[in-house]
Amino acid sequence: MPKDYIYPEFEIVRNEGRCTVCRRCEEQCANRAHAFDAATSRMTAEDARCVDCHRCVAMCPAHALKIVQSSHTFRPGANWTRDAITDIHRQAGSGGALLTSMGTPKDYPVYWDKLLINASQVTNPSIDPLREPMETKVFLGQKHTHIQRDESGRICTELHPQITLATPILFSAMSYGSLSYNAHESLARAAQELGICYNSGEGGLHEDLYHYGPNTIVQVASGRFGVHPGYLKAGAAIEIKMGQGAKPGIGGHLPAEKVMGDVSRTRMIPQGTEAISPAPHHDIYSIEDLRQLVYTLKEATDYKKPIIVKIAAVHNISAIASGVARSGADIIAIDGFRGGTGAAPARIRDNVGIPIELALASVDARLREEGIRGSISIIAGGSIRNSADVVRAIALGADAVYIATGALLAMGCHLCRSCHLGRCNWGIATQLPELVSRLDPEEGKRRLVNLITAWTYEIKEMMGGMGINSIEALKGNRLMLRGIGLTQKELDILGVLHAGE
Amino acid sequence: MLIQAKDLPFRELNRQINAAGEQSVTLQGVMGQRFIASGLKGKDVEINGIPGNALGAYLDGAHITVRGNAQDATGDTMNEGSIRIYGRSGDATGYAMRGGSIYVQGDSGYRAGIHMKAYSAKYPVLVIGGAAGSFLGEYLAGGVIIVLGIGHEAEGKAPVGYFTGTGMYGGKIFLRSAHVPHDLPPQVDVREAAAQDREEAYAHVAQYCAYFGGDPHQLMEHRLLVLTPSEESSYKQLYCAQ
Ligand code: SF4
Ligand code: SF4
Repeated sequence: MPKDYIYPEFEIVRNEGRCTVCRRCEEQCANRAHAFDAATSRMTAEDARCVDCHRCVAMCPAHALKIVQSSHTFRPGANWTRDAITDIHRQAGSGGALLTSMGTPKDYPVYWDKLLINASQVTNPSIDPLREPMETKVFLGQKHTHIQRDESGRICTELHPQITLATPILFSAMSYGSLSYNAHESLARAAQELGICYNSGEGGLHEDLYHYGPNTIVQVASGRFGVHPGYLKAGAAIEIKMGQGAKPGIGGHLPAEKVMGDVSRTRMIPQGTEAISPAPHHDIYSIEDLRQLVYTLKEATDYKKPIIVKIAAVHNISAIASGVARSGADIIAIDGFRGGTGAAPARIRDNVGIPIELALASVDARLREEGIRGSISIIAGGSIRNSADVVRAIALGADAVYIATGALLAMGCHLCRSCHLGRCNWGIATQLPELVSRLDPEEGKRRLVNLITAWTYEIKEMMGGMGINSIEALKGNRLMLRGIGLTQKELDILGVLHAGE
Repeated sequence: MLIQAKDLPFRELNRQINAAGEQSVTLQGVMGQRFIASGLKGKDVEINGIPGNALGAYLDGAHITVRGNAQDATGDTMNEGSIRIYGRSGDATGYAMRGGSIYVQGDSGYRAGIHMKAYSAKYPVLVIGGAAGSFLGEYLAGGVIIVLGIGHEAEGKAPVGYFTGTGMYGGKIFLRSAHVPHDLPPQVDVREAAAQDREEAYAHVAQYCAYFGGDPHQLMEHRLLVLTPSEESSYKQLYCAQ
């Protein structure tokens, strides 16, 4: 046995009584955890290869499979946990920084779950969304504080460009390259049908997806992959990626083996080359520099596209956001540290940044204090898990929310957190054609549309309960929230009263 | 067509350039207006005076001549076309350019040619006649950067600042220099230009001389170094799966 043998975290349990040896699991598992043993005519399993993605479990016609967490244990300890010990063994063996994916699994407080939503009783009665019109439409972009009129009294204010969303939810940036083509097409089709937007991420826009432009946000990151004037003009808005919640201070890196075929064509870099986007834009060292990038984009698109600046939620977020609001950007996207990623160093993902709830509340408060809240819209992201989280985010001051992990789950992701391996059995985070074809874009779209439609209905129900019939009236309406089990400091930052107050 | 740029704000100036009916546009009295010719295609623009930052960002085929110095971020993410500068250029010249060419007669500031990339027929070329500042060709992924070091030959050092080619993983840098930069990072290999390299460099040096004068043969009679990314120190070995 090698010195650094690590006992598998999961065990594949096969009910031999049910198994018909159809070999479906063998065919479905790209990690090659299942095999057929000709000598015994039975299926065998290699636990060490299993990433707990549940593809085989879901596909087994006899329901003969389950994946369980191994009961194998080190001598239990609250400090030196299994993860702490095996991480050291891995690094001592490899000398590498630990790489992982999706949002942090660590046990940090989820403030959403400590915020309770209000409902009206007796006075200001609740509204029934099935009977009464409810407005969930939002416009993202700079708003004017004053209206100008010409001599004849006609309004002559030139409006800033806006993104119009039928419901206050967008699919956040996930690049083509980290996601499969079929996943991107599912998102694009769903965004179009729902009247919302998806985000191309920083890997350029596949030529076949250009006609979804009005429902697309195109991203510009430090690596500028696939960025050219046609791309900038293709979308409904342009997002400058300054940071990402899952890995603040860390850039993007698509490994060379994923830069093949259409991914290479879309990123406009040769096949088999690394695609590196360093953390900083090396031409941005100040708000002034950011302003410059914002304005080159505005000039290149004739001031027709709102510019979004996406930043990770970090300690001084409100000061940073205040700067961004003065950079000429139309929208700021704040990404909390529980947000997902296709690949990130584990230490960064699990330790750097702050929760979106606190970041959002403090940015909204700061911008109001400075009297510039109206000059920028806020999109909050970084682990929005359901419609109640959307309602809470809006009540804390967001104009809309970004969802990504939730959208992937809708398309079939089982959160195995191994996107960085490139063998996603659900056809989402992979470029292997036989895996990509497992995700049918029409089916992916249908499930995304279902999810957002259901959430929108739930949002209306909650709004109705509060006696609010327009999402605008919920925005920043912290009186609709009460904290539970929070310290006074946390309540102060969130700007909410405690339950019972 | 002549545009008097003096006192025109950049947005109005660009509007006039775009609206110009003629292919060729001459700007007179340019005084620091930023973002000139953003994303422009199909026009020839001559700039008299000093253009501001981000000249020719996302340039898409237009040809720009600057009779004066250019400031920072010239040709950011340019896709096609050319920019030639009868003077010097500021920081981040040619950031992430993917195609076309930038020729600077004199020196260039920090971070010239960083993130440049090549793709199929697109092959960006950045030629700096004088010396370049620090971080030349950082994260270079494709295309070619040539630093001629004209007038800096006697300085006893390479005509670049610190950290040339840091993080470079593609493309090529030519240095017309008797000295190897003393602080090249491990991911950069340096060698003497071979006949084939010289041939490649000559084409661009000849173009430089066609623009700004000088004898390409004479310029090429000098030690020429080629910097390329080293095979070994790729980004791959950095990580292990958790
Ligand atoms: S990796 Fe997925 S498909 Fe393979 S055995 Fe494990 S759960 Fe099944
Ligand atoms: S996208 Fe695929 S690889 Fe990534 S967590 Fe989901 S199921 Fe796993």
